[in-house]
Amino acid sequence: MKLHRLGGLILIVLFVGLGLLLPGWSRFLLTLALARGLLVLGVVLLMQAGLVSFGHGLFFAAGAYAVGFAVRDLGVRDAFLVAILGAGAGLGIALCIGPLLARYRGIFFAMLTLAFSMILYGILVKAYRITGGTDGLRIAPPAFLGWSSPEEHLGSVLYLFTLAATAGMVFLVFQYLRSPLGYTMRAIRDNEVRVEYLGLSVSRALYLAILLVGAMGGLGGALNAMSVGHVDPNLVYWTTSGEFVFVALLGGTGSVFAPLVGSIVFEFLRTYAYKYIPYTWQMGLGLIMLAILGFAPGGLWTLYELIARRMSGWTWSWKRGA
Amino acid sequence: MEQLAIILMDGLVYASWLFLISAGLTLIYGVLRILNLAHGSLYALGAYAAASAVLFYFDRGLWPPGSYVALLGAALIIGIVAGPLIERGLLRWIYGRDPVYQLLATYALFLILEDGMKLVWGVNPYYAYRPYGLLGTVQLGGIPYPGYSILLIGVALLAGGGLSLFIRFTRIGRLVVAIIHDPEISVALGANVSRLFLLTFTLGTILAALGGAFTAPMISVVPGLSVEVIVLAFAVVVIGGLGSLEGSVIGALLVGVVRSLMVHRIPELELFAIYLVMALVLLFRPQGLFAIEEVRRV
Repeated sequence: MKLHRLGGLILIVLFVGLGLLLPGWSRFLLTLALARGLLVLGVVLLMQAGLVSFGHGLFFAAGAYAVGFAVRDLGVRDAFLVAILGAGAGLGIALCIGPLLARYRGIFFAMLTLAFSMILYGILVKAYRITGGTDGLRIAPPAFLGWSSPEEHLGSVLYLFTLAATAGMVFLVFQYLRSPLGYTMRAIRDNEVRVEYLGLSVSRALYLAILLVGAMGGLGGALNAMSVGHVDPNLVYWTTSGEFVFVALLGGTGSVFAPLVGSIVFEFLRTYAYKYIPYTWQMGLGLIMLAILGFAPGGLWTLYELIARRMSGWTWSWKRGA
Repeated sequence: MEQLAIILMDGLVYASWLFLISAGLTLIYGVLRILNLAHGSLYALGAYAAASAVLFYFDRGLWPPGSYVALLGAALIIGIVAGPLIERGLLRWIYGRDPVYQLLATYALFLILEDGMKLVWGVNPYYAYRPYGLLGTVQLGGIPYPGYSILLIGVALLAGGGLSLFIRFTRIGRLVVAIIHDPEISVALGANVSRLFLLTFTLGTILAALGGAFTAPMISVVPGLSVEVIVLAFAVVVIGGLGSLEGSVIGALLVGVVRSLMVHRIPELELFAIYLVMALVLLFRPQGLFAIEEVRRV
């Protein structure tokens, strides 16, 4: 995973510009893509250790419902506070189920996360007095440190807020992956037994990763909920979690930016797919997924790397010729 | 006493259903080492085919009890057509790959089958309830009980019994057991793996379709059936131990009885019964009750 400081800065400027120039509907999509990108980033992070989470909707819904309850029951409307609450809810769930999850690998990990998310789905649907059942909860537009944005600018403000939070998390994850803990994750994927022989605790490393992923997922859920203005149990349905896994695959695991790129491509892909192939949309997803698995296991990021290598190869030969 | 009998009976019926949906999953995992996330779709495929077959059968005005043959026939046809198609078309390319990779591939298959079914059968529900009503109610020690539920138990017993006879007393069945326990040695001794894989997957598909077919008269067949099934089946299989047929029987019985206890005593917790059992088993025996020990490779 590489991150150039200058590149990151340019990207942020680019995104700010894009958000302010694009029409409202695509800015909204971009906001959702960034918020959901945090979840995908979590999936990719766990994939570094060879774990696939099929229950990422768990953290997504935890964060989103935390916002729903905070707005409805506590009367908290501040976006910063609400985002922290969302991250806290994700972290709380990760704290509880992390010790159990960290003991399992491969399909067991995948199916356990799936089972946990289905339990939460069951609770959210059944406890309709508290959660509003399948109708979900409505969320009033947030305020920012006591300042309420005028309605016509709310979309832009939420976009910038989401962008800032996402950029922060991406930077954090980047630092994490460069730290010894981050390297341990990849070592676990290569050979867990040897990591243990080196005197490192595999389960501790995984537990910490799950905590990070949980908090990040909660934050993503909170950001998503604020922009959409509504939460419902579908956020934790396993097809939502499946989508995160799909996007992780689509974007690839080559860089911390890949999940975001995948997420943005996916949001726009979905919008157009709903318009042109509404009934065979999932089938299209499945076929694309098989194609990626078969021909481009690195996802879209392989494309970028291919181009980057071509370009650097070109400058190199040009210098040599001169 | 009477209530205990009902609880046990309900548990048994639910366990039969659970066994039908999980036996195929564990069999396929045991031999192919692939956890088939599309197993629920095969179940739904069986349910849709059976519903169509039953409706078609009654439209012809044929002898009503013959509709059970239609159910069975639909399941067999689905198994024999879809099983080899999926195994040859997709699974054969992913044997021996990273488990994560296999999981994603079968997830893609699930997505494709899901929309494929919508294309063929549409999104409106199918009601094929006539075979359910035909059997009326049976008196069990003074308690009226739906006859169709008894039939379901019979189907599960026949499927389970047939499977264990097949595995114990036929050459191919014994080869299957050999592969489950040690694939490498079996191959070295000359087992034709690719044929056995094809056969096992077809068998597993038939079992899933059978479960779907005999459930169809009890429910309205709608899109989305498959999702719940794969989670439940996996839970049962994990409780019993992945790849173990005896395990799936025990897992199904355990979950079935616990769930029916909860339905009768603490209905609020019904939804979580299966996960509760799973969590408890995993805490004390992470590999499941009957799992085959895996060697840790350094």
